[in-house]
Amino acid sequence: MEALEEVDANEAYENDLPTDIALDCKAERIYYSDFLAVRDSHVPIKKNQITGFIGPSGCGKSTVIKSINRMNDLIRGFRFVGNIHFHGVNIYADNIDPVSVRRNIGMVFQQPNPFSMSIFENVAFGLRLNRYKGNMQEKVEKALRSAALWKEVKDKLKNNGLSLSGGQQQRLCIARAIATEPRVILMDEPCSALDPIATRQIEELMVELKKQFTVAIVTHNMQQAMRVADQTAFFGVDISKGGRTGYLVEMGPTKELFENPQEELTKEYLQGEFS
Amino acid sequence: MNQSGLEHPKLERQPMEPRALKSIVLSGITIVCAITACIPLFSVLLMLVYRGGKRLSFQLFYTLPPGAFDGPGVGGFGNAIVGTAFMVGIAGLISVPFGILAAIYLAELDPHSKVSEIARFCAKTMTGLPSIIAGVFAYAVVVLVMGHYSAWAGGIALSLLMLPTVMLTAEEAIKMVPNPMREAAYGMGCTPSQSLTKVILPVAMPSIITGVVLAVARAAGETAPLLFTALFSESWLAPNNPTASLAVLIYNWSSSPYQNLIELAWAASLILVVLVFVLNIISRSIGGKTKL
Repeated sequence: MEALEEVDANEAYENDLPTDIALDCKAERIYYSDFLAVRDSHVPIKKNQITGFIGPSGCGKSTVIKSINRMNDLIRGFRFVGNIHFHGVNIYADNIDPVSVRRNIGMVFQQPNPFSMSIFENVAFGLRLNRYKGNMQEKVEKALRSAALWKEVKDKLKNNGLSLSGGQQQRLCIARAIATEPRVILMDEPCSALDPIATRQIEELMVELKKQFTVAIVTHNMQQAMRVADQTAFFGVDISKGGRTGYLVEMGPTKELFENPQEELTKEYLQGEFS
Repeated sequence: MNQSGLEHPKLERQPMEPRALKSIVLSGITIVCAITACIPLFSVLLMLVYRGGKRLSFQLFYTLPPGAFDGPGVGGFGNAIVGTAFMVGIAGLISVPFGILAAIYLAELDPHSKVSEIARFCAKTMTGLPSIIAGVFAYAVVVLVMGHYSAWAGGIALSLLMLPTVMLTAEEAIKMVPNPMREAAYGMGCTPSQSLTKVILPVAMPSIITGVVLAVARAAGETAPLLFTALFSESWLAPNNPTASLAVLIYNWSSSPYQNLIELAWAASLILVVLVFVLNIISRSIGGKTKL
């Protein structure tokens, strides 16, 4: 598997990440109470690239991505065995504050979830959390421009964020996430609730965003992964031991993975033999 | 003529068919029952307007109760209105902060802990607490200790009745905040307290206020807890002394032999019911504003 080779090739790995890796996620086992949801998934996420997570339902791709900024801590019974290296620290170490992790690793969710407040305040929210003292107006405009939403909302910044259309709401959530300039942005099926036009806009936006940020995206849609992702991680479900445990089948540059998958399972999935 | 030779299917309504008749009769019964459910409230209101309406005047709100031998049409119960407001206010000041903070713990901080389970069970039991027990409790804990009846004791007794309502409705309101909002807050890097104050409570607030208003409406009409704690008084509010309230006034005066007092009791009933009615309407309109 390519992912493992990459690691083996890097001897100093334990202390130092290869410089092109923004975040190295080694999920040995992830549990929800007694249920083993994910095993043996090592996903290195490259800097300024888009890493796509694909696979059938229940393969744990959302679980893995939500583990990266410790969102799963909110779920009762969640337990992560392994480590995730981010800027020289293991974010699952005991002395790590999950709140600070989330301030550096932003997230965009499946359902657009703007706050019930004005468009401006939605974007300013994270800046206010971080006690940003500079020119709020400027920062908000910049984030909205980066999210390709500025033109549509510049005359109604005081309107409630929930008054926007679904696609606009999702771009508002992206603006909100990038306003604080996190290093990494995680997206959990960001387009699954959107129509094709809005989807296309978000995809173009992602490609734009990777210049500045590192992006990881979970998607159900293989064409979407093909269109936007530089690297793709394919997850499968193991039902051999009675449960449904997700694991990383293989990972590599998107083009290679789609054109020349190494694993039989990946081949079958890409050919649509199961889903 | 039908081309296929088969009879036309009957598609017209057949109101005299047994099936249709049964349906009409059953729908009729449900409508009658639904209307019957409104009758008690409206008949009470009508009777109160009829019996109490004639004594309704602004004078009631600022005059003290009449003496037994005052002529007809004299006196009011301003002190009872102030007393009810004061005691319900005390009860609110105790139960609202307490209830909401407890609800935050129950709904948000540790919903499944032993403490939460026990507190929730206690609150649910408390909602069924006979109100006279709250009065007896406040009598033992406050009146006996202070040595005299007082508005404070009345307020504390009422707060016991308000607390579980406030707590459980606030818990429900906080739980109703959709999870994506919570995720958004945490995903932005909110601490638990920031997500509460900046995102969750603002969304839950209309429903929380609805619960508080309903609890206030209930407390304003309670009689039994006040009989043991605030008693009654013929003079203006003095919180350390026995205090008049609308509910106890109605109880006392409706059984008095004096026509004047009986008329005033009717007027007080009308005011109390209108107050509860208005509070319910307010709570409905606030609740309707919840925006998710």
